[in-house]
Amino acid sequence: MSREILKVENLSMRFGGLLAVNGVALTVKEKQVVALIGPNGAGKTTVFNCLTGFYKPSGGSILLDGQAIEGLAGHEIARKGVVRTFQNVRLFKDMTAVENLLIAQHRHLNTNFLAGLFKTPSFRKSEREAMEFAEYWLDKVNLKEFANRTAGTLAYGQQRRLEIARCMMTRPRILMLDEPAAGLNPKETEDLKALISVLREEHNVTVLLIEHDMKLVMSISDHIVVINQGTPLADGTPEQIRDNPEVIKAYLGEA
Amino acid sequence: MTRNLKQALFSALLVWAVAYPVLGLKLTIVGINLEVHGTSNMTLAIIAICSVLMFLRVLFNDTISKAWKSSPSMPLIPAKASNFLTLPTTQRWIIIALIVGALVWPFFGSRGAVDIATLILIYVMLGLGLNIVVGLAGLLDLGYVGFYAVGAYSYALLSHYLGWSFWVCLPVAGLMAATFGFLLGFPVLRLRGDYLAIVTLGFGEIIRLFLRNLTSITGGPNGISNIEKPTFFGLTFERKAAEGMQTFHEYFGLEYNSINKVIFLYLVALLLALGALFVINRLLRMPIGRAWEALREDEIACRALGLNPTVIKLSAFTLGASFAGFAGSFFAARQGLVTPESFTFIESAIILAIVVLGGMGSQLGVILAAVVMILLPEMMREFSEYRMLMFGALMVLMMIWRPQGLLPMQRPHMELRK
Repeated sequence: MSREILKVENLSMRFGGLLAVNGVALTVKEKQVVALIGPNGAGKTTVFNCLTGFYKPSGGSILLDGQAIEGLAGHEIARKGVVRTFQNVRLFKDMTAVENLLIAQHRHLNTNFLAGLFKTPSFRKSEREAMEFAEYWLDKVNLKEFANRTAGTLAYGQQRRLEIARCMMTRPRILMLDEPAAGLNPKETEDLKALISVLREEHNVTVLLIEHDMKLVMSISDHIVVINQGTPLADGTPEQIRDNPEVIKAYLGEA
Repeated sequence: MTRNLKQALFSALLVWAVAYPVLGLKLTIVGINLEVHGTSNMTLAIIAICSVLMFLRVLFNDTISKAWKSSPSMPLIPAKASNFLTLPTTQRWIIIALIVGALVWPFFGSRGAVDIATLILIYVMLGLGLNIVVGLAGLLDLGYVGFYAVGAYSYALLSHYLGWSFWVCLPVAGLMAATFGFLLGFPVLRLRGDYLAIVTLGFGEIIRLFLRNLTSITGGPNGISNIEKPTFFGLTFERKAAEGMQTFHEYFGLEYNSINKVIFLYLVALLLALGALFVINRLLRMPIGRAWEALREDEIACRALGLNPTVIKLSAFTLGASFAGFAGSFFAARQGLVTPESFTFIESAIILAIVVLGGMGSQLGVILAAVVMILLPEMMREFSEYRMLMFGALMVLMMIWRPQGLLPMQRPHMELRK
């Protein structure tokens, strides 16, 4: 198929005496949807934190397009096109939905001090384009009518969608979703599924997600990686994972 | 009831215990000895009345609080009026009216009033600058006065040694303060919250002590005096012009009047304060202003979106410092004298109090708070002994009635047009 975009080898993360992640490997190809699953406390979010530069991994390598990115600061990795959402939504709650999206475009805007001070034509143009781009994505995630509401007053499902839209503002290549379906009702989960496939098909985004909703994971993933207690347990297509006795044991306990 | 009675008695005694040692005793120096006397019966009577009032207050606490609750609650400023006052459009009109008023009134005001107004404007400038750092970017900076000192000394030194004029030094002083802000920001901004506050407090003091001990250049505790006043396109406002200069009153054929100088200084301060107001107003609507607020709300989310927190914080710190630099150089020019003692920690505290009192992030609030904070002590000179007491009382009352500040900020929300 397509070429590899993200390759993680032998990733480990140690907090003092606790080895939270041990030897996790992960290969993500362009435009794939890859799911990272495992029981609670397995170290999935820790893997995410290592990939996005929030933690500095204790060992292993992370290659983005063949380029090592481990140990880079969070914002540097985000600028390379790896952008994430958070398990507990992190919006700027006192700002309007559209402002949340403008902030994410910071890097693509005209930030020249004098241009902004005197509202030069190029500054106005850059602000207008940012508004239009934000409007486009608000429409995509069905939040256009809430554009001017403060983000904190939106319903939970809407906040989740807004957070994904905000990530899209940075024009990412890999979108990492940390439990995107948590707290959503079945209808919203269906919408999320549709949104993820739109992102992949129309916007060439590769998706890496952590999720507990097995129905969702099985239906959208091309590839699933299972980790248990920080160590990789299984790796394969949804069918292979579904029938893997080791995975069943980890999730349901021994019979 | 007995419980209330007990409490009431205790409270009344407490009034005596606190008030008597403070107010009821008087120290006088007789020869080389210090003697303690009781004060007049008048003071004792006042304390007695206070203790009786306290006794009654606590005894009938339940009844009073019930009556208080049943009466319709009257907030300090009615909610509707408060909402109206803090709307961005209303604020704009109020600001325009204020500007016009501020331009016109000094020509009719007294000399003393114009002088105090100039001082207020300096604090408005400082408050607006600190507002960027504390109110918008959420970085608690207790050493802001350090940058004020850098600005003041930049002008004083350049004028003293090189004879540069105020208008040349003004941008230089702003730049110097900004440079200091940038350099100090680097190590400091990895800290946050209380730690940041303590380290900036230290830096503020270091700058002051440095200026004080660099005697050979800054004149140490004596400071630098005879600093030149600003000129009006090369025209001075002194009675007699220096060599090769012309005075304002001669050029325009006016009678010499010392109030001209005061009014001119006031207008310069007004110009600077309005400049600061304009710049900050624009900043709020620029990407960098939005980024400051985003960073204050959630630093982790900012990092995840590719915003570099260090650069954003540093820009807030640097810009805030540059405003202090402008204010400082004007202060030096107005005063004609700078000493390290003008830049003690209490100045930082006053500026911070202006920001907090006005409402974090609110510009009109800062202006109002600067007026209150500077004008009140001036008007109540007779009670200057109780200044700190009133200061504390004001803060306590604010916390009770308007913890969000006099005129809390309503952000100019960016909105999508339908």
